Amino acid sequence: MSGDDPIAAFRVEAGDLLEGLEQALLDLSHQLDNRGLIDAVFRGLHTLKGSGAMFGFDALATFTHHCESAFDRVRKGLTPATPELVSVILSAMDHMRALVEGDGAGLEAVGSDILARLQAALGDAEQPESAAAAPVAAPSATQSAKGWKLFFRLPPGAMANGTNPLILLDELRDLGEAQVVAVVDDLPNLPDLVPTDCMMGWQVELRGNISREDIEDVFIFVMDDMELRLEPLESEEEAPVAAQVETLPDQSAALATADPSAAKAATPRASESVRVPAERLDILMDRVGELVIVQSRLSQLANSGVEGAAGELALRSISEEIERLASELRDTMMVLRMVPVASLFNRFRRLVHDLSRETGKTIELVTEGESTEVDKTVTEQLADPIVHLIRNSCDHGLETAEERLKAGKPAAGQVKLAAQHAGGEVLITISDDGRGIDRARVRAKAEANGLIQPGQVLSDFELLQLIFHPGFSTAAQITNLSGRGVGMDVVKRTIEGLRGSIDVASEQGKGSTITLRIPLTLAIIEGLLVRVGDGRYVIPLAAVEECIELPVSEDLRMRGRSMIQLRDALVPFLRLREVFNTGTEPDQFQKIVVISTGGERVGLVVDQIIGSHQTVIKSMSSLHREIASFSGATILGDGGVALILDVMHLVAFGQQREARLRAVG
Amino acid sequence: MAESNKPQWNEDGQLEVLTFDVGEERLAVEAVMIREILDLLPETKVPGAPVLVGSIVNFRGKIIPIADLRVAFGMAIEPSTPDSRIVVIETELDGEQTHIGLRTDKVHEVALLNQRDAADTPAVGLRWRRDYARGLVRRPDGVIVLPDLPQIFQSAQRGGEGRQPLGLAY
Repeated sequence: MSGDDPIAAFRVEAGDLLEGLEQALLDLSHQLDNRGLIDAVFRGLHTLKGSGAMFGFDALATFTHHCESAFDRVRKGLTPATPELVSVILSAMDHMRALVEGDGAGLEAVGSDILARLQAALGDAEQPESAAAAPVAAPSATQSAKGWKLFFRLPPGAMANGTNPLILLDELRDLGEAQVVAVVDDLPNLPDLVPTDCMMGWQVELRGNISREDIEDVFIFVMDDMELRLEPLESEEEAPVAAQVETLPDQSAALATADPSAAKAATPRASESVRVPAERLDILMDRVGELVIVQSRLSQLANSGVEGAAGELALRSISEEIERLASELRDTMMVLRMVPVASLFNRFRRLVHDLSRETGKTIELVTEGESTEVDKTVTEQLADPIVHLIRNSCDHGLETAEERLKAGKPAAGQVKLAAQHAGGEVLITISDDGRGIDRARVRAKAEANGLIQPGQVLSDFELLQLIFHPGFSTAAQITNLSGRGVGMDVVKRTIEGLRGSIDVASEQGKGSTITLRIPLTLAIIEGLLVRVGDGRYVIPLAAVEECIELPVSEDLRMRGRSMIQLRDALVPFLRLREVFNTGTEPDQFQKIVVISTGGERVGLVVDQIIGSHQTVIKSMSSLHREIASFSGATILGDGGVALILDVMHLVAFGQQREARLRAVG
Repeated sequence: MAESNKPQWNEDGQLEVLTFDVGEERLAVEAVMIREILDLLPETKVPGAPVLVGSIVNFRGKIIPIADLRVAFGMAIEPSTPDSRIVVIETELDGEQTHIGLRTDKVHEVALLNQRDAADTPAVGLRWRRDYARGLVRRPDGVIVLPDLPQIFQSAQRGGEGRQPLGLAY
């Protein structure tokens, strides 16, 4: 593990395990009798217990152990898996997560509460079972007063991985009086014998009051691959162990010296890392190789002394080559930061499962396009908005089962989460087949809140946009899930912070669809380069609606007013020369760049529009970060610096100023 | 003055510094903080920024602020001369390592200062805020000021010397 903190590595590994476990449990809740899933859950719990104990997370190991033994009953078919059981184990998993992350202090009460519920869930499930089938003597008893008869066989490669059967046998002997017999019936003939393979099995009779877990703990590190049969000793002894022979393979002692934990601990992973497929690195390598070749061509040209038209032509071809390589390198590099949205979507299955229980509605989550890739930082920031939108769909959108049946829909509501690429954007849609947005209620609510005038004429689009207004919530009854009116505006702001946008479509009675459009990456944007006074500024092109001319005569005529007539609407504008206090005279032909965000528009008066510009966003030092008008800076082709305008801030500022002016008179 | 901002004299009572002029004062900054000395670069004004760090430049693909210490020491801003240079220092600001360019009128030399020549900043007779200097050092050719750069930048961040003016109702 080369100096890495093993505890941190364990936390990462446990996080992965818990995530896998959660997925398996959620799948299980739909297919309660799927053996493969039951086994997967059991294995997950088991591995977690094992590695938890190994790294000193004793509280975790003990707690997980109880869950594991409860689930073992399901695995053995003694108790059927029930939805209750699955959801108790899900909440148990949350507890495990807390134990993994913290030191377990103060969590005991939560843990024992969950265990009590677990017992209850098992108990409930047990009754019909025992009533129906004539119960056999419970072989799953975790305690056997007399002792145990066990047989185990290690996988052939066990010794190569550092397992020493001798030590396992010694540990068994420590538990109680043991009689060990080697089982050699699988031993191959001498010519076929591979000396490093463990081909033997052992039959052991352990006497004494020993719990099943104690025995299983002996095999904790090899359990997953080995063959282990455990039976409690019956009162009358059938066929006692034949001989007192203890044959042990000689080579085992010599080979098995390594720490058995070595194999388990060999997969540490730093928490802040991105997994990159090797082929993508190969592409990057190819591009860098080409770049080196072009560079040597360039220095050859510089040294060759070719002048005139021939030299110019050669230089131009090299310049074109570099331009192509630079853009390819940029694209390749960006792809390296991409991760599939599947990791994001998987989190929501649990959410929908919980929401379904909380609301008492049957909800199905359908996901599509999980392999769509998005910049890693974008996925992280998308999680919260999507949680909110799904909560909204489940809570407000979907009807109860009775209402659905009455409306001629299937009883189970459906929430669909889909992702797809479209141009330079990723579209993420959250749709439901619920009741849709009730326009009349939205209008009534907005009128009640004073957002619109009673009877004001609004387009359908404008009406739906009202739900993004701060402090707006249509749920007549505030529930635990949503309806606190702090949400849609936050969602909108987060998405716009990612330079994305959000659309709503809704059909009454059929359901709603919310579409998030997110740019693929945050590091490079298309910008419009403008000049104001003698400073140059970049306006994100995505926000630019149009550019129009503002002749001086017109400007003079408008003295005192800052509104322009744009087709059918009045748009307030800001003279950036005044805002930035450049102290220069306006150009003769000023331009107005109309920018918009979330339906609100503002015009920015600039002196000159220089053109579009591929903008690599650079952050500014903390001395300048809090200046709200700029979201960053970029370096221009001539080495100079241009500031990037913060569209959201400018639009809000322009609209506020406009509102103030209107209020004054 | 925060304890950590005190000059770190070595065991021989010496301190290796770079000396330079800002207006009529001679300043010294520890040589370990200096990253580079550059000719003047084309600067971009940042509307609304603190006056002390009113502009930014492209320093090898990184955007760094340019500070004019004349603002902190209450001197008039003067145009640059052929001797003007930018001294790029690295210092910790809000817990991050930050590069900042200091606009200087002339860079002199890397010198060793002696602790026995050092004096605390006097309480009276200064034209600038006392906490902006960590001490004075007497030298044959005059007095050298050890500026307290972290203090100066923190005060600028809080708007100490005012901000670049913005128009309208900003």
